[in-house]
Amino acid sequence: MSLLAEGGEFKPPGVGDFFLPPIFGSVTKPMVLVVLSIIIIAAFFLLASRNLKLVPGKFQFLAEGVYDFSRNSITREQIGAKDFRPYVPLILALFTFTLVNNIFGIIPIIQFPTFSHIGFPLALSILVIYPVYHISGIRKHGLGGYLKKELFPPGIPKPIYFLLTPIEIFTKFLMNPITLAIRVFAAMFAGHLILLVFTLGGEFLLVEASGWLKPASIFAFAFAIAMTFLEAFIQVIQAYIFALLAAGYIGTALAAEH
Amino acid sequence: MLTKLTVLAAEEPSPVIPHPAEVILGLVAFLLLLGILWKFVVPRFEALYKERTEKIEGGIQKAEQLQAQAEENLQKYKDLLADANAAAARIRDDARIEAEQIREELRVQAQEEATRIVAQGRNQLEAQRAQIIAELRADLGRTAVELASKIVGESLEDESRRRGTVDRFLEELDSVSAPAKK
Repeated sequence: MSLLAEGGEFKPPGVGDFFLPPIFGSVTKPMVLVVLSIIIIAAFFLLASRNLKLVPGKFQFLAEGVYDFSRNSITREQIGAKDFRPYVPLILALFTFTLVNNIFGIIPIIQFPTFSHIGFPLALSILVIYPVYHISGIRKHGLGGYLKKELFPPGIPKPIYFLLTPIEIFTKFLMNPITLAIRVFAAMFAGHLILLVFTLGGEFLLVEASGWLKPASIFAFAFAIAMTFLEAFIQVIQAYIFALLAAGYIGTALAAEH
Repeated sequence: MLTKLTVLAAEEPSPVIPHPAEVILGLVAFLLLLGILWKFVVPRFEALYKERTEKIEGGIQKAEQLQAQAEENLQKYKDLLADANAAAARIRDDARIEAEQIREELRVQAQEEATRIVAQGRNQLEAQRAQIIAELRADLGRTAVELASKIVGESLEDESRRRGTVDRFLEELDSVSAPAKK
């Protein structure tokens, strides 16, 4: 490190960079961003749906595109054309909420993916999605029918249940919501960390490195930009997967049989 | 530096331990958003979709209705045309039969007329001949008398010749008047 550094020494970005000091009181940046995100989404859809026309204008077309995608490509696809209607608002909210909060990671000035704080995805997966899909299943099949369908899938030799049922209990009632949250959290956390490494590293090279090493900062910044595009892709994909899996869990819970 | 790092690490919060404040805020914010989308946005979009579907289905229904109507009309016209054709054929047949009848009648009538005319002509001829014969006979008598008086008045020298002449004349007269009497 002393080889590179003329002045200060390079402190690699770490977990601490995700926990910035509160803006005021105990309000932190991700808290502000979450509130901002629901204002953006609500305003977008309320404005777009205020005066819907049969032949859409540009703005309505965009809003319809987002709505269509979560309604048809995710909800109907996963839950089936018969039962999907009541779940459209939930999946739409999940998709747009996750999408906007993820995209915050590459918006200039904001530049922070809210879901890199595990509390937010966990709130959605454990407190919203988890109860919704179990309650949907129980309401459709009854408690006994639902548990039997989920834990003792038919058409399997009896001894296998000793192996299968504990695994099913573990995945369906314990791991599903946690993995759902961790998937998006980890992607956002890692992505933001990579961006931080390249950006802060490039900055350090430019400011602190000895003269002949300064041009190396160009590569760091170029990589930061390339990674930003990759991040944009990952953020959209993760929002899609989050909503898709949530709809998938509901679809499985409602399905007659496996 | 090592101590500084360890101090930092100790101070750094763990990224996988959720903050209760964030969980609560995340939940409340999400439920708020869900409520807004549920209450206002989704019904509007669904209404729009319904309207759009109805419009499309209405259009299709209308088109189907029109097509059915067109087919019905076509069938009607075809039936009418077939009827008209049948009627025309019937009328033609009737006309032919009627023409045949008329021709036959005319022929019969003409034949009758011809027969009648011929009969009439024959009668007329008969009458005329009778009249002519009667007239001729009267004339003959007069001429004969005249001739006789002339012959007698002129010369009675050749008795035998004169006698022969008169005889012959009378004979001839008989032979002429004989068929007229019949």
